[in-house]
Amino acid sequence: MTRITQGAFSFLPDLTDEEIAAQLEYALRNGWAVSVEHTDDPRPRNNYWDMWGLPMFDLPDPSAALIEINECRRAYPGRHVRVSAYDARHGRQTTALSFLVNRPA
Amino acid sequence: MAERWTAGVLQYAEMGYWQPDYEPKPTDVLAAFRVTPQPGVPPEEAGAAVAGESSTATWTVVWTDRLTAHEHYQGKCYRIDPVPDTASQYGAGEPGPGQFIAYVAYDLDLFEEGSIANLSSSVIGNVFGFKALKALRLEDMRIPPHYAKTFQGPAHGIVMEREYLGKYGRPLLGATVKPKLGLSARNYGRVVYEALRGGLDFTKDDENINSQPFMRWRDRYLHCMEAVTKAETETGEVKGHYLNVTAATMEDMYERADFAKEIGSVVVMIDLTVGYTAIQSMARWARRNGVLLHLHRAGHSTYTRQKSHGVSFRVIAKWMRLAGVDHLHAGTAVGKLEGDPASVRGYYETLRCDRADPDPRLGLYFEQDWVSLPAVMPVASGGIHAGQMHQLLSLFGDDVILQFGGGTIGHPMGIAAGATANRVALEAMVKARNEGRDIDFEGPDILRAAARRSPELDAALATWGDVTFSYESTDTPDLVVTPS
Repeated sequence: MTRITQGAFSFLPDLTDEEIAAQLEYALRNGWAVSVEHTDDPRPRNNYWDMWGLPMFDLPDPSAALIEINECRRAYPGRHVRVSAYDARHGRQTTALSFLVNRPA
Repeated sequence: MAERWTAGVLQYAEMGYWQPDYEPKPTDVLAAFRVTPQPGVPPEEAGAAVAGESSTATWTVVWTDRLTAHEHYQGKCYRIDPVPDTASQYGAGEPGPGQFIAYVAYDLDLFEEGSIANLSSSVIGNVFGFKALKALRLEDMRIPPHYAKTFQGPAHGIVMEREYLGKYGRPLLGATVKPKLGLSARNYGRVVYEALRGGLDFTKDDENINSQPFMRWRDRYLHCMEAVTKAETETGEVKGHYLNVTAATMEDMYERADFAKEIGSVVVMIDLTVGYTAIQSMARWARRNGVLLHLHRAGHSTYTRQKSHGVSFRVIAKWMRLAGVDHLHAGTAVGKLEGDPASVRGYYETLRCDRADPDPRLGLYFEQDWVSLPAVMPVASGGIHAGQMHQLLSLFGDDVILQFGGGTIGHPMGIAAGATANRVALEAMVKARNEGRDIDFEGPDILRAAARRSPELDAALATWGDVTFSYESTDTPDLVVTPS
């Protein structure tokens, strides 16, 4: 399979945990909720990946989200995993940032 | 009172079109005109003439005004400001400015609901050739919520577009297929495929690609959609090509748009030259059919560019948001086409915000409340390249389509490499910005670091890194803020 280039950073080297944490910090600074999803079917119009729990609202720092990301990656090493940040403000009410954090080995 | 109705010619100001005490109502449509009166014409009379000729007046008194509640229908010039540092209306060396900003209020009853054709025929239909004025420019308008809500607005808007595409948190990337004219459908589709598989989100027909002898529209659509579908399969991303449906008649445009939808295109395109009514019709079609509507502002510079005469692009931007397009070209500030950075930021604000306050630094004369009308995705296109990525992201933020035509197709390693170079530069810059780095200052370093891992970006920076277009703008806000 060729490299799926969905998400904001697929043309860069895979993000390290520190780099993922920096993006989560950015999301939290903006007041966005963070969620983790995974799929074995990353075709272009598959919107509804499996949710890894509920979106995480009101996180004080990225550590809890990073733990969830790593547990999801451990549970599904053969799947694509993405992190999304959600902006609930009036006029947006949509995803504000999304990037892949796992690709099948 | 009797003199007001005596047959003959009166000053417009004396006919009630100059009302310095008038308080605009929240429901009024407001307009700001840049007026250059002929020598001997007092500014108040010039402003009153504009208000009169763009509403009820003619050149002489008519008794039939008395059959109406004429004061209700009169446009009212309620304020006139001299523009500092403009040459005197009486010639070189004479005192006083030569230009004035005239503010005019129009009652809502003057306009048909939801019709740009009617709004523009009223406000710019008659007055621009008026002999008593040397020049006239419509600078800005305030569309009250009561009127804005009578328009459909963008067929989908920025939020829905991102959800259609599944792309969040970064500007979108596009390129116009070059050469604009002459490619066969098969060769044209090749450019589309290479650019999309290399990393762009969109490719685009140019404004004058319609259905010519070298390539008929149906052949182009079929080859482009083959390219789009193949690139989607290979990348896992949704991709699009703006299929230009501009044609001689609405029937032809509907036929082309229906076919584009049938073969799976997420987006169609029209030119500003098709006219306001055709644009509104296509916006209705686009909403009904779930297809994005891209508008190329072909021809606008004939009337938007000169500061003294015509219509400012910020007015066109407002009208097109009301008319209902999803994309509109709004300038690059740093590329090859006219647009000083402050004015261009004003256009972007007009297209994207839900509510804006007046801001003379950005050329915004009025507050504007869009009352949840969807936002238009601005398109930055014309002479931009990967080496400017930090400036583009800093100026425009995430909700913009950056179009690198020459900067993709002219890449020394090929079209796909050109696309990759742009995507790598974009992602590296977004990532750095999110990490809290100062991209205005560190931008070139961030690009060079990303280029060390990307031969495509490295070659792009070597080819275009130093290209700039440093010419003075012809259209700038009157209030220029000097950087401190």
